[in-house]
Amino acid sequence: MKHWKLLTNPLNDENPITVQVLGICSVLAVTVQMKPAIVMAASVIVVTACANLIVSLLRTTIPPRIRIIIQLVVIAFLVILVDQVLKAYLYDVSKKLSVFVGLIITNCILMGRLEAFAMNNRPWESFLDGIGNGAGYGMILIVLSTIRELFGSGSLLGYQVIPEGFYKLGYVDNGMMILPPMALITVGIIIWVQRGYNRKLIEK
Amino acid sequence: MENLFDLFIRNVFVENMIFAYFLGMCSYLAVSKTVKTAVGLGTAVIFVIIVTVPVNWLMENYLLRAGALKWLGSSFADVDLSFLSFLLFIAVIAAMVQLIEMVIEKFAPALYNALGIFLPLIAVNCSILGASLFMQEREYGTIAEATVFAAGAGVGWALAIIVLAAIREKLKYSNVPEPLRGLGLAFILTGLLAIAFMGFGGIEI
Repeated sequence: MKHWKLLTNPLNDENPITVQVLGICSVLAVTVQMKPAIVMAASVIVVTACANLIVSLLRTTIPPRIRIIIQLVVIAFLVILVDQVLKAYLYDVSKKLSVFVGLIITNCILMGRLEAFAMNNRPWESFLDGIGNGAGYGMILIVLSTIRELFGSGSLLGYQVIPEGFYKLGYVDNGMMILPPMALITVGIIIWVQRGYNRKLIEK
Repeated sequence: MENLFDLFIRNVFVENMIFAYFLGMCSYLAVSKTVKTAVGLGTAVIFVIIVTVPVNWLMENYLLRAGALKWLGSSFADVDLSFLSFLLFIAVIAAMVQLIEMVIEKFAPALYNALGIFLPLIAVNCSILGASLFMQEREYGTIAEATVFAAGAGVGWALAIIVLAAIREKLKYSNVPEPLRGLGLAFILTGLLAIAFMGFGGIEI
């Protein structure tokens, strides 16, 4: 079951966001509400898995000196596909994500995994590694957007969760949660909690 | 002229790449352990961003935009290649980074050694592609405006990483809860700095 590890490792011990520090920018920008976060997570899983697969298939033919350009072209090609599909079927979400779909190209998860894994591993393993890392990224995205939408707007996926009565008693949505700085601080706290449980990740 | 100066100041402080748009975060958090490396990476980013944004401005205005191909003849006047902008921008950036690396290596070996590994890494720094995409979105009219915008964005990014590195150097001597050490604390610090920079938000320049 060594393939199973490829899928589960990036969820905790080697999480792309909280351990490898890859792909932070989009995490902060798209997690104000859950819906764009879920769409973004799905897009990234698709792109990481396919890019890893394609580059792994090509790995013996890519000349090392120009590999960065080739990797970026593969990624950009996949991202354009995803962008066009989103524009066609989920136009309002694609508007909300704006430049951040384009920025999947420079999402360091992609380059990082291509360089570290797909360039020296077989296609099937690379594909699984792509899915695992995409999922690890998506997991943090969804946890973060749940916290931010619940406390920032009192709703989940656009449905009001916190009852009217609370507001009448003086409860107020935390406006700070909607602002990007709070996303950073929340990620900091998620890292704190994760390392509290998983003590081998603590930095010396 | 005053206009360009305003543009520069606005992009350094009010629309700071890190604290307002959160672009280029990965290398920002990963490379900000010491001030020395932060200065190196900051310089490299300023350099690359000032070169790539004007080149992409030319691409945008003479190749990609709807009607941009008019200079080839009237039959090309309604060609719209803007769906290719991601691909072309990133190709320009990757090529420019490679080119700049070779030029610096040849003519300024000292600078090359100082920048080291950071130069190739910049190809995937999202603030570089982000700057090109913002340039496209805001439709800067002249190449001078685009260049000044790029300089402002680059300087703002460098300023941010040097500030964080300085704070993290000081914090090495503090007694921080163990699981929060390093990365966790860097995130929280960046959040606080970003809140401070939001103070610039209301300023109209």
